[in-house]
Amino acid sequence: MAVDTQAPSRGFIGASYRTCPETGLKVCSQAEALIKVNAVVAVVFLAVGGLFGLMVALTRWPAVHLLPADWFYLLLTAHGADVLLFWIVFFEVAVLYFASAIILNCRLAAPKFAWLAFVLMVVGAVLANIAVLQGESSVMFTSYVPMQAAPHFYLGLIVFAVGTLIAVFCFFGTLVIAKEEGSYEGSVPLVTFGAITAAIIAVFTLASGAIILIPTFLWSVGYISHIDPLMYKIIWWGMGHSSQQINVSAQVAIWYAVAAMLLGAKPLSEKVSRMAFLMYILFLQLASAHHLLVEPGVSSEWKIFNTSYALYLAVLGSMIHGMSIPGAMEAAQRRNGFNNGMFEWLRKAPWSNPAFSGTVLSIVIFGFLGGITGVIMGTEQLNLIMHNTLYVPGHFHATVVGGTTLAFMAITYLLVPLIFRREIVFKKIAQWQPYVFGAGIAGISLFMMGAGTLGVARRHWDIGFADAAMSFDYPATAFLMMGLNGIAAICAALGGLMFVLVVVASVFFGKQRTAESIAAFPTLPKTGSAETVTSYGSESHVKLPGTIVLVSVFFVAFVLYYYVNWKYLSEVWPLS
Amino acid sequence: MSDQSTGSGGAPEERVPAMQRLLDNPFLLLFMGVASPAVLYLIWGVMELSQIPLSP
Repeated sequence: MAVDTQAPSRGFIGASYRTCPETGLKVCSQAEALIKVNAVVAVVFLAVGGLFGLMVALTRWPAVHLLPADWFYLLLTAHGADVLLFWIVFFEVAVLYFASAIILNCRLAAPKFAWLAFVLMVVGAVLANIAVLQGESSVMFTSYVPMQAAPHFYLGLIVFAVGTLIAVFCFFGTLVIAKEEGSYEGSVPLVTFGAITAAIIAVFTLASGAIILIPTFLWSVGYISHIDPLMYKIIWWGMGHSSQQINVSAQVAIWYAVAAMLLGAKPLSEKVSRMAFLMYILFLQLASAHHLLVEPGVSSEWKIFNTSYALYLAVLGSMIHGMSIPGAMEAAQRRNGFNNGMFEWLRKAPWSNPAFSGTVLSIVIFGFLGGITGVIMGTEQLNLIMHNTLYVPGHFHATVVGGTTLAFMAITYLLVPLIFRREIVFKKIAQWQPYVFGAGIAGISLFMMGAGTLGVARRHWDIGFADAAMSFDYPATAFLMMGLNGIAAICAALGGLMFVLVVVASVFFGKQRTAESIAAFPTLPKTGSAETVTSYGSESHVKLPGTIVLVSVFFVAFVLYYYVNWKYLSEVWPLS
Repeated sequence: MSDQSTGSGGAPEERVPAMQRLLDNPFLLLFMGVASPAVLYLIWGVMELSQIPLSP
């Protein structure tokens, strides 16, 4: 295929495009540039925040106990902000532009505002980092009042949120342009619908952030005398937890995209998958309430409705995706000829492709470790045995890192050749990276949850209570768990380093993609296609014995773990 | 009820189901996605907190 198809051409009102020689998609140059800068800055924050995370984990390892207390809390704050917020949101903005302008084959709406959004996000993120690193804002990610950070900490978060909100509205504007210019017919593709879900949740998230962070900023500069701690908590978690639901929606959209691009997988039912996303739109954000399950100020009705009845509908959505995506993969593989036995489709999947292995590991870690434990924590009674213990960060490392970060890493291996138009370098390292990172994160998650089940508090510098006036002894197993957590963190950090190395080397030093290299090493294998991502349609293959077995294993694990926790609760809290 | 109506060119047009019309309207979804947590989580929660009496 001719390389000159990559040359930009002028389109509607001055927007320039190139035609991707691999996917055939019309790529808006403004969208492409914004995807690149947002993704690059995201990886910078991942690298910085990941390093801070390793130092926190090594401090929690009692035998190492790396940092003094003040540095521990400082870096814990910076780690939370950099990876839980800045890495994820910068990458999500890149995903929004990709899912709108690129997948819908249209120009990006208001590119100048999109650049303004990017600048505001960078300024806000840097400002918040400066505030934390100056040492007067070690309030941790949650920044609960009455702990007070420096005013520029809150100001940085507000500026970042404003920038993100502008980017989200550029996404919605692009949807309008695509509709009006007729760049698609009927319904938007499922991947774009997943991105719409993420953007909707982002609007609620950012609005909640504005409602609480603006008065908190005014409080920090002395214009407001008092912020009610419980009022702060309830509104802050509307932002803090919902921001993680943006991740869930974006990562599920990526799961569908990667399955389609690599295997040609179509959803088992477009309608059912869209209904699952609708469940997210309506109910997923209500899970924020699980952070307030032990607060005496709100009623059990509010707690149970939000975290049980409503949340279970969102969980139903996740379980639909959790069955639909492996099912779509199996159906596509069987259509591609891997029909022998129950699992030939799985054995002969492209496991050496880091985009595929990263996606599958993301699904498994998110479902088995993050999903099941999220339901446990959302049950008011069970929550009592692990509330505010290390179980909580164990859970969200499975969802946000094992689920979202790994999914984002996976699609990066496709974005580098398709958007940056560079060869992936260090291919062997890239092949191993998802496995190393996935193993480390699964370990971190399991060992922190294990320690949390034994009662180890989260956000605690020294579980040995060396200088405490009143001593307390955790079981010896808790110390073992924290040591294993440290080893797993080293493994995850190594996986993160491998990712940063491969991506940075590829983007800045990788060979430019040429017609010859595209023909020799196509990003999309013959089985996959970009057309599957950009079109509407369900899979026709209905016999999926392998997926039925895998889903059954998941349900058995779910039920067993649920009842084990009730048993554990009955032992902690005996009734006579 | 008929599933088809006649378009302007005389060709039959498929009636789009109500649920699909909902799912195809991102701004209606945006309204629902903001209203649902705003009412059920934020407003309900804040109302409960505001009813807690202040200590004397």
